[in-house]
Amino acid sequence: MYVCVKARSMEYEIKPAKGLQFNLKELWEFRELIYFFTLRDVKIKYKQTVLGALWAILQPFLLMVIFTVFFAGHLDISSYNLPYPVFVFSGLILWNVFATGISTAGNSMIVNSNIIKKIYFPRLIIPISGIMGTLIDFSMTLIMFIGVLVYFLPTFSLASLIIHLFFSLTIILLTTFGIGSLLAALNVKYRDFRYIIPFMIQVLLFVSPVIYPVSIIKNNFLVKILNLNPIAGAIEILRSSLNGTGMDLILLAKSLLISLVLFFIGLSYFRKTEYYFADIA
Amino acid sequence: MKPILEVKNIAKKFKIYHEHLPYESLRSKIMNPLKFFSKKEVEEFWALKNVTFNVNPGESIGIIGKNGAGKSTLLKVLSKITPPTSGKIISRGRIASLLEVGTGFHPELTGRENVFLNGSILGMKRKEINDQFDAIIDFSGIEKFLDTQLKHYSSGMQLRLAFAVAAFLNPEIMIIDEVLAVGDADFQKKCIGKMEGVTKSGRTILFVSHQMGLVNQLCSRALLMNKGEILVSDSTEIVTSKYLSFDYHESDNIFIHNPQQTDNKEHYIQSAFTVDENEKNKSVFGFNEIIRLKIVIASNIIHSDELLSVALQDKYGNRIFTIHQPLEKLQHADGKYSGTLCIPENLIAPNIYAFHFAIVRSDGKVYDIHEGQCRIRVADTGTPFSQYEGKDYGHIILSCKWE
Repeated sequence: MYVCVKARSMEYEIKPAKGLQFNLKELWEFRELIYFFTLRDVKIKYKQTVLGALWAILQPFLLMVIFTVFFAGHLDISSYNLPYPVFVFSGLILWNVFATGISTAGNSMIVNSNIIKKIYFPRLIIPISGIMGTLIDFSMTLIMFIGVLVYFLPTFSLASLIIHLFFSLTIILLTTFGIGSLLAALNVKYRDFRYIIPFMIQVLLFVSPVIYPVSIIKNNFLVKILNLNPIAGAIEILRSSLNGTGMDLILLAKSLLISLVLFFIGLSYFRKTEYYFADIA
Repeated sequence: MKPILEVKNIAKKFKIYHEHLPYESLRSKIMNPLKFFSKKEVEEFWALKNVTFNVNPGESIGIIGKNGAGKSTLLKVLSKITPPTSGKIISRGRIASLLEVGTGFHPELTGRENVFLNGSILGMKRKEINDQFDAIIDFSGIEKFLDTQLKHYSSGMQLRLAFAVAAFLNPEIMIIDEVLAVGDADFQKKCIGKMEGVTKSGRTILFVSHQMGLVNQLCSRALLMNKGEILVSDSTEIVTSKYLSFDYHESDNIFIHNPQQTDNKEHYIQSAFTVDENEKNKSVFGFNEIIRLKIVIASNIIHSDELLSVALQDKYGNRIFTIHQPLEKLQHADGKYSGTLCIPENLIAPNIYAFHFAIVRSDGKVYDIHEGQCRIRVADTGTPFSQYEGKDYGHIILSCKWE
């Protein structure tokens, strides 16, 4: 009897795939799986390394040192009113979330194809966990970032940093998730994306003001395109918290809007195609 | 009582890509736009057609059929891994599917970490895994290696751990695909015992297997699938025997020595096949006919104490009787060895049988051994049990005296 009573409360149907359903309730039911997948990815990443999770801090730090040595004297960043190491680190910390995020998410369906073929769970969990893993790295890098700030810019305001970081990170995450899930879905069908993704990340690094300021670009058309880049927006917002210029609300609204559009494009394409992942993965 | 699972007219179509892989490369689309529109190389294939059945709560159903009959596709549709092309399934309970054990196991993680990951992938809540963790580890018998990375486990240990997690799944409906067929005998027994417990506790099981004995043991009802359709749906006994007779091929009654399989050159069985009284090839025997098995042996070194051992086996491989014949008695004037075993008429009950034959020495040395060869069918020609054809009422029919 127990089975029967319990069963009636959870009736559901399996039907041919039709239309677009986001089914966020189901995703919520599987939230623990996101936790376990993220845990797995993070653990595997640093297994058998001597320095372990220190790598998450060391990588951007060393990049900051290298960029400072090579570019510090040659780039005019006077409009930012920031020491170059702070300038470049504030870009790198957000850029890393995006770059690692879309690369992990973009390859995640292929990496986990053997699981996808054998069991059902909301497929979105896989790219989401990939991006969550990069957030763990981010939180460690953040500690190093604050250390750099204390050293180079002791006057910075922690409260302002937290507020700006919140918005920057929201933009970055929406964008990363949108592009990441789009790439993940495309990668299942067209394996070319395995090679396109690293190339794309390199190109995007050039069109985002991570290591140089937007102001060095003279071409008007390029500047307009750059202005649409939500990654650039997020980085600018974070930097504005450090030099005390205050939040550019128009930039914030524009970046949020574009990242939301990207988010929905990625999510919709993923949801539309996920039914057939198991057949072709 | 409403069925816990209603499968209505499920069909599933696959596309077979003849020239390139199902995942296409962009180039083929860009470089050859014509290809984009041409459909010639895509062939449609219906893996499932009009599959309809109901499952009541607490029932355990076996799904049997040859390879490619659509069993696995059906399980995949039921597990939501792939959507049906048409039709619908109404489920009134949580489905857990076990199409493989240890899904998601990662070699770099420890046994403990893998239990949680695998359990979670299978749909268990963290709390459930925590509560049952000790029992899972106990069942697997690997507590000593719990915090060792999985890559240092033997494959047997990995299997044990994987089974142990699966054994503690607790859904209303459980879908299992052939996974019990692996692992050592002891552990298999443990798993089957656990599964019997599951059925007794009133949960519903759908079970795909090629092991008819196991299906008989665990399931009350069975579906026989062929080419994507359900051919028969009936009690397990009837369906399994239908499967076995359906699976039956004319040439199955012939055994021919394969030099790659035996390296023994002294004595081996050259060929064996069932024949009628005129030595003509025959695979279906009436109950009232003599079953003849002709065996040809190649023997190069002649000793005095070699025996040909022949046994009749039922469809599950159990031996019904064994007969020994000294090799020297099978030698002909020209030096060749052969003989025809005659099983009396009106004795072997209508069913499917096979033969086991071997050349052995009386001290136990085995020269050549073959199991389940020369499949034959004994057809009912009007026995007192003809109304029970297909049921297992025993392997021989004797007319005994009553006093």
